[in-house]
Amino acid sequence: MTEPITGIVTPIRLDYRYTPGASTSQFLRSIKEGKLVGRRCPRCSKVYLPPRGGCPMCGVEFAEEVAIKNTGTMVTFAVVNVNFANRAVDLPYVTAEVAFDGTDTTTMVLLKGVAPEEARMGMRVKAHWLPESEWDYSLVNIDYVEPIDEPDADFESFKELL
Amino acid sequence: MRDVAIVSFAQHASRREESRNEIEILLPVVREALAPTGLTSQDMGFTISGSSDYLAGQAFAFVQALDAVGPWPPISESHVEMDGAFALYEAWVRLQHGDIDTALVYCFGKSSPGDVARVLSLQLEPYVLGPLWPDAVSLAALQARALLDAGQVTEKDLARVVARSRRNALGNPYAQLRGEYDEASLLEEPLYADPLRMHDCPPVSDGAAVMVLAAGDRARELSEHPVWIRGIDHRIDIQAPGSRDLTTSPSTRLAGQKAGVTKDIDIAELHAPFSHQELILTDALGLDETTTTINPSGGALASNPVMVAGLVRIGEAAMRLQAGEGHRAVAHATSGPLLQQNLVCVLEGQS
Repeated sequence: MTEPITGIVTPIRLDYRYTPGASTSQFLRSIKEGKLVGRRCPRCSKVYLPPRGGCPMCGVEFAEEVAIKNTGTMVTFAVVNVNFANRAVDLPYVTAEVAFDGTDTTTMVLLKGVAPEEARMGMRVKAHWLPESEWDYSLVNIDYVEPIDEPDADFESFKELL
Repeated sequence: MRDVAIVSFAQHASRREESRNEIEILLPVVREALAPTGLTSQDMGFTISGSSDYLAGQAFAFVQALDAVGPWPPISESHVEMDGAFALYEAWVRLQHGDIDTALVYCFGKSSPGDVARVLSLQLEPYVLGPLWPDAVSLAALQARALLDAGQVTEKDLARVVARSRRNALGNPYAQLRGEYDEASLLEEPLYADPLRMHDCPPVSDGAAVMVLAAGDRARELSEHPVWIRGIDHRIDIQAPGSRDLTTSPSTRLAGQKAGVTKDIDIAELHAPFSHQELILTDALGLDETTTTINPSGGALASNPVMVAGLVRIGEAAMRLQAGEGHRAVAHATSGPLLQQNLVCVLEGQS
């Protein structure tokens, strides 16, 4: 009986010159300088970080840029017990969804400075940046967030972001 | 069948969008298309887009582009990984259901980030032909060669198509390639992919187009000059270019018959990215250039945003009828390698 052919390999490679767009480019230029810059929707007033092409709720171009603080609220989190993508982080670690103060979106960052079992929703945190010499056009410039000595945010204040 | 009309159309095209992404290109075009109707995207009974993630080089790029219509609260929405003309077809079918009266069709595509002639290789059969990486221009050259060898057309015919395209494009603000050229000097240009010269091939274009459709009385409310879709059909030929006669387009011929293409066509907008393909399409649709104005916009040879250029043909034909340049038009859109799949629609202005 003839053996079935169960697979062949056909290499594919395509190169692209990606354009992040005007809003995201401005965000990347700012973060290279150690600044978080979001954009406000002129219709619903929500502030997006990072800003993409336009407000995804309203379908309009963003208006003014908004300087975002280094502090924020951890609206939710996950305790990671398996190493995937070969991250050079000791297990277990905590990935946090942080709403930086002044934004209406969340950003995923590492949480450090607290035992995983003590992480909680509403925890107030502050961004810890990489040394200035390592800043690039990337959110990775924020190495992690760590707790700050403030009372937890009220659940009602961030429940819409969950 | 319910009568469905094009009530609004807007487009954008440029050679290369260095700073704006797809959403940023789309946003003003969506707004421009909606403006004359007084409607918002939230008022639409149905929304559908046409695009290809392979152009952006990003999975689910079409989901990101939804931002441009503001889909909140959630809207009824669909997508085809095809030219916007085929999205229009789905919208037309959806309007036939009878429970909605309006539809928004949008499409976008940036051909400039990647090598579009190679990107298009990925639509070929993936086991035998695809791995050879025949790029879109080389394949088109094989088709043109077959057409010339069959004695059906001459190189002069190709030059005539190009000269007319560039001349017509002089009146089209969205065209990229335009100007007065004579056929003799075009034939003096060097060969690019034998027998095609550079001018027989389309430019690399980034663009977007948006159309509003409405059914029956709703169309009459929304526009003083709705353009009615009197017939629409799309047909497909065998995918493998080696398995079919490349000098003819049976699917276009059949789609034309089903859509009701007759001799009394004033305007034809044909989606022919390569000069020789226009001759194949003209023949398949039985069009006579002495009575039908072919590609008054300049066609895809003048501007070719991939995934957009087909819907632009329908929009261009509709806008010309709306402006009173004719009474009856045919618009055509193609997809797949070498005119594999073809959509034909017959349009009429208000009588």
